[in-house]
Amino acid sequence: MSDTILELNNLHTHFFTDSGEIPAVDGVSFHVNKGEVVGVVGESGCGKSVTSLSVMQLVPSPPGRIVSGEINFKGENLAFASEKRMRQIRGNEIAMIFQEPMTSLDPLYSIGNQLVEAIRMHNKMSKKEARLKAIEMLDLVGIPRASEVVDEFPHQLSGGMRQRVMIAMAMACDPELLIADEPTTALDVTIQAQILDLMRDLNKQKDTGILLITHDLGVVAEMCDRVVVMYAGQVVEEGTVREILKDPKHPYTKGLIRSLPNLHEKEQKLYSIPGTVPKVTMDSVGCRFAPRCEYAFGRCFSENPALYETEDHRYARCFLYDDFEEQEVATHAGTDSRS
Amino acid sequence: MKTSEEQREQLEDESQVYNPNPYQEEEDVEAISPWKDALKQLRKSPLAITGFLLVLFFIILGFVAPFVSPYEFDGDDPINRLQPPSADHWLGTDDIGRDIFTRLAYGARISLITGFTAVTGALVFGTLLGIISGYFGRWVDMLISRIFDILLAFPSILLAIAVVAILGASLTNALIAIAIINIPIFGRLVRSKVISLREEEFILAAKAQGMKRGRILLHHILPNSLAPIIVQATLGFGTAILEAAALGFLGLGAQPPTPEWGKMLSDSRDFIQLAPWTLIFPGVSIMLVVLGFNLIGDGLRDALDPKMKN
Repeated sequence: MSDTILELNNLHTHFFTDSGEIPAVDGVSFHVNKGEVVGVVGESGCGKSVTSLSVMQLVPSPPGRIVSGEINFKGENLAFASEKRMRQIRGNEIAMIFQEPMTSLDPLYSIGNQLVEAIRMHNKMSKKEARLKAIEMLDLVGIPRASEVVDEFPHQLSGGMRQRVMIAMAMACDPELLIADEPTTALDVTIQAQILDLMRDLNKQKDTGILLITHDLGVVAEMCDRVVVMYAGQVVEEGTVREILKDPKHPYTKGLIRSLPNLHEKEQKLYSIPGTVPKVTMDSVGCRFAPRCEYAFGRCFSENPALYETEDHRYARCFLYDDFEEQEVATHAGTDSRS
Repeated sequence: MKTSEEQREQLEDESQVYNPNPYQEEEDVEAISPWKDALKQLRKSPLAITGFLLVLFFIILGFVAPFVSPYEFDGDDPINRLQPPSADHWLGTDDIGRDIFTRLAYGARISLITGFTAVTGALVFGTLLGIISGYFGRWVDMLISRIFDILLAFPSILLAIAVVAILGASLTNALIAIAIINIPIFGRLVRSKVISLREEEFILAAKAQGMKRGRILLHHILPNSLAPIIVQATLGFGTAILEAAALGFLGLGAQPPTPEWGKMLSDSRDFIQLAPWTLIFPGVSIMLVVLGFNLIGDGLRDALDPKMKN
């Protein structure tokens, strides 16, 4: 595939803590094509943020470190690139926006000041030109009175406006990939929709690839072309957004989708997957989801399943799909062990 | 610039009218930087103003000393020794007939310069060490923090005495001693601030923009830790003046005939019953200057604290 801009290949990022080595990202592989929106979904602590920080080499170190694997960005492996090279890439070719717009801007500088700083970091421009560009960017992300807001300070703007400023800052250098780490989680629902619209517009206009980290399947349905579902540091399912939402394969994805509130059913109680994400250590054996899985059978507790291709370009990390012929038997075995 | 009354009135007016389009042209949306805002808060505090006036009084006193007084600060006049306050000698004379007002006025220079130099020295080195320690962490932090701990383990005046004992008794060495004992106070303050700032999302965001480490430190971490440093510096001013007076009192600071306030106190302690003015006026001066700096410091702390905003 020539138009792949980002490809993670068997990425391992581990945290070296006092209580041992923790594989926060454990062999993650996926790719983002040019102009494509890829969602990474999973509950808190499943490694989605660490994955995105790994791409930027911004994992807090110590204790975190990329141990092995490849992060191919336009054919260049960034996993072990030098700090100098990473600085050229950050903000310029890969930009990132964060969850908390309220704290993502330095309270002491005006909006314009921070935008100008970001623009001039990667472009040779006079302060005046950069300021014009800053106003243009603010305009582009739909900030009214851009020429005035440019001189205001972060505390004078609302959360939604600040997130727009963050997006303006991220898009200022025309990156080819935008990593958005839960960009709408801290915003209320109407503002969420506006921010998502804005991101989709920019994605269409500038053909920027977006890696969207979220735990909100609603956001995924709205935004993404393809979805990567993560659980306990591993990719458990991958496919297009339609396929995954309509016909989830992995029991975890099924659980996630079942736990969404449904307007058409009168059920009183929301479904939730029993248990919590387990603490993964280096010597964990078996499928990570097995303890919470209703289909789990003997093999699930002794062996970690690989990602099996269930259909074209669809993958699931589950023994149910190890072999199509065995599927019936497996399901059967699962129900047997439960009864 | 509008006065606060005008702004309040305007605010009240606006709150009564529902504004369907908050983004329509309004010329009063003013960009308020956090620093300007703090200055505005400070101007509203009567105590801080009092402190400022006190300090200003002594600054002016120090400047005009040679012009208002007909006497020399070291001009002894044995005939007029231990005179009570009078029209000739506003604050009386000391045991060898020197005019106390003149000596106090020259002493104001010494005290203010002492405070300024000692605090600046402590601030520069303390901030530098604090930033290095807080930002780089690990063994660097370990090393610097333990040095701070050791410095703080000594009673400060004892440490100052030790420094002066090594370097010799003089005003300059007393200054160095006071600066050294104040380094860990600034250092630890800055370190803790840097550690909390390091985890802030805007620092991560700056890194994600490809900003260099040095630039992040100088442009984002340092300015954001400035507020507590300024407050501590103002309060430290008072402490430094007190410490200089204490060293002077012990004979380890300024040497005669330098009109240093602490030295004046110790020289006149034998005449406390005979000529109390020789003791009272230098004592009151020390108190007023230190009070002035403390009031400014308190006012600044409130003005720079976002939680105190009404």
